[in-house]
Amino acid sequence: MAELTCREAVAAAIAQEMKRDPSVVFLGEDIGAAGGVFKTTVGLFEEFGPDRVRDTPISEQAIIGAAMGAAMTGLRPIAEIMFSDFFAVCWDLVANEIAKSRYMTNGQVSFPLVIRSANGGGARFGAQHSQSIENWAMMIPGLKVVAPSNPADIVGLLAASIRDPDPVIFFEQKSLYGTKGPVPDGEHVDALGTAKTVREGSDATIVALAAMVPRATQAADRLAEEGISCKVIDVRTLVPLDTRTILSAVSETGRLFTVEENPRLCGWGAEISSIVSEECFYDLDGPIIRITTPHIPLPSADNLEDLALPSVERIAETVRVNMG
Amino acid sequence: MANATEEARPDLANDDIGEEARLALWRSQLEIRHVEQRAHDLFLQNLIKGTVHLSLGQEAVAAGFAVAMEEGDYTFCTYRGHAHTLARGASMSGVLGELMARECGLLNGKGGSMHLTSVEHGAMGSYAIIGAHLPIAMGAAWSAQYRGTKQVSVCFFGDGTTNIGAFHEALNMAQIWKLPVIFVCENNLYMEYTPIGDVTAVEHPAADRAPAYGLESIIVDGNDADAVYRVAQAAYAKARSGGGPSLIEAKTYRQCGHSRADPGAYRPDEEVQEWLARDPIPAYRRRLLDFGFAEAVIGGIESEVLAAVDEATETAKASPEPPPEILETEVYADGGAAWRN
Repeated sequence: MAELTCREAVAAAIAQEMKRDPSVVFLGEDIGAAGGVFKTTVGLFEEFGPDRVRDTPISEQAIIGAAMGAAMTGLRPIAEIMFSDFFAVCWDLVANEIAKSRYMTNGQVSFPLVIRSANGGGARFGAQHSQSIENWAMMIPGLKVVAPSNPADIVGLLAASIRDPDPVIFFEQKSLYGTKGPVPDGEHVDALGTAKTVREGSDATIVALAAMVPRATQAADRLAEEGISCKVIDVRTLVPLDTRTILSAVSETGRLFTVEENPRLCGWGAEISSIVSEECFYDLDGPIIRITTPHIPLPSADNLEDLALPSVERIAETVRVNMG
Repeated sequence: MANATEEARPDLANDDIGEEARLALWRSQLEIRHVEQRAHDLFLQNLIKGTVHLSLGQEAVAAGFAVAMEEGDYTFCTYRGHAHTLARGASMSGVLGELMARECGLLNGKGGSMHLTSVEHGAMGSYAIIGAHLPIAMGAAWSAQYRGTKQVSVCFFGDGTTNIGAFHEALNMAQIWKLPVIFVCENNLYMEYTPIGDVTAVEHPAADRAPAYGLESIIVDGNDADAVYRVAQAAYAKARSGGGPSLIEAKTYRQCGHSRADPGAYRPDEEVQEWLARDPIPAYRRRLLDFGFAEAVIGGIESEVLAAVDEATETAKASPEPPPEILETEVYADGGAAWRN
């Protein structure tokens, strides 16, 4: 197994898929010769050339529209939206056009496309370059939503997203880009719609996503030293949502905590909480607890941003208090 | 500025358009006119719900571009899209059935008037959010260029669209990538209820913006199907030969309000009368007569079209409502709507 950073994993996944399928094309701002502002696309322009790796103007509507038009006419485009906050300027194309056109035409058109984007906080960029918007995408029928937490999952789930016949919004948590992890050698393709248990435990289940997964795992390690055994589940894809894995874990452990980077209201944890309440209420030994960013725009100062995002300490303390 | 208004040249022997294309233009305009009039009537009978945006008076634009098109080319249009969908050959019963929310509709009742689509005919969708489909049509052209086909993507939109950002983003990207896409502004003088001149910084909302993207300013008489056909042919040739995009402003007029909710009372009566006098349908009939086409041929096509509209109306009326089982289908490519296991 090779050790890759998350940013290297992005380029590796795109290269893997571009090599095997000539219909895969890639477009976005600064993704070509510059190698991406987060250096997630280094080497692709040199390997695949300007016809397949296209630098665009700062025109998010044109980028997403181009991807949509290309997808409905035989290509498998990957579009990069540099910061997920910028989805707000092309949301019509994402939410009204790409997501709805298959349904509105009763299946006449398909959109095998991926929109990748750097998502989330931790980089001190302030409120317009730090949002976690996975819940925006999750609430639109017709989209699939993926948010991996480690390099192997980035390769496997990005490859699966590119091969998927539906539009996939692929969130890369930007504070994870520098973190390393093992990635299987050779072609690696994972399955959308599968959560993964990343730590076993018997007293409580902690469900987390993206950058919250390593934090939840560290919190679980601390709690284990105190005698509280937590199972940690990496949701990995919000749509399709692997509720079986989550429901089964809650049934085993009797308690559920969600750790969400998105602001409180309508975060993905609320949907999971609702499903668990409806479907395994009598297996619960206590209330479901959501650990989220407060319902605020993210501040830029180090101490304030750290206070806002769920930390290892806050996760551990919340579980400790509620399990006490 | 190229002004492509043409004088009729009543000499069929030396006619650059030719008998077949002229009759196709006639038939296409009639099909649009009579289906649109029928849609208007069906709405008044409460057999069409929601809304309809008719192209009465604008038929020559759709017919001129569609007749000059080749099979495999892509059409993208707006919620005022019945005309363009019909012009590509979608069935009248499919169009009227969709307007009437019947199973036989092009979209089986899931889309409605504003989203007519018939991919098998190259009608790649009617988009109801202003501006959205310009980048999408540009993307289809990018795909054609990448795949090395000679397909052209044609995008129809109204004058109001020229003031939204997506218009400018799409034009810029289409030009820098030299994409085979034709942007056609149907300037019917009103953005919904407001005169376009009152809300636009330039006189010609599309043509005056063309130089900003390195494109020729092209204005065509959108009520003259021949003029539209010739301008379209030139733009197709440019696109197919790798010359890149075109932006064409077709000046026309909708003879009705913006939608069925709008009687169009804000329009000066003399303006309406002036444009009714330039109705493309009687004008084209006169031209065909000038070219020596027999009244029996001209009228025969009209009779055929009227009979086809009647038949399509009956087919649509006889078609059932969409089956309830399709409510939760085709959200995803597996045919279903499942978002969880």
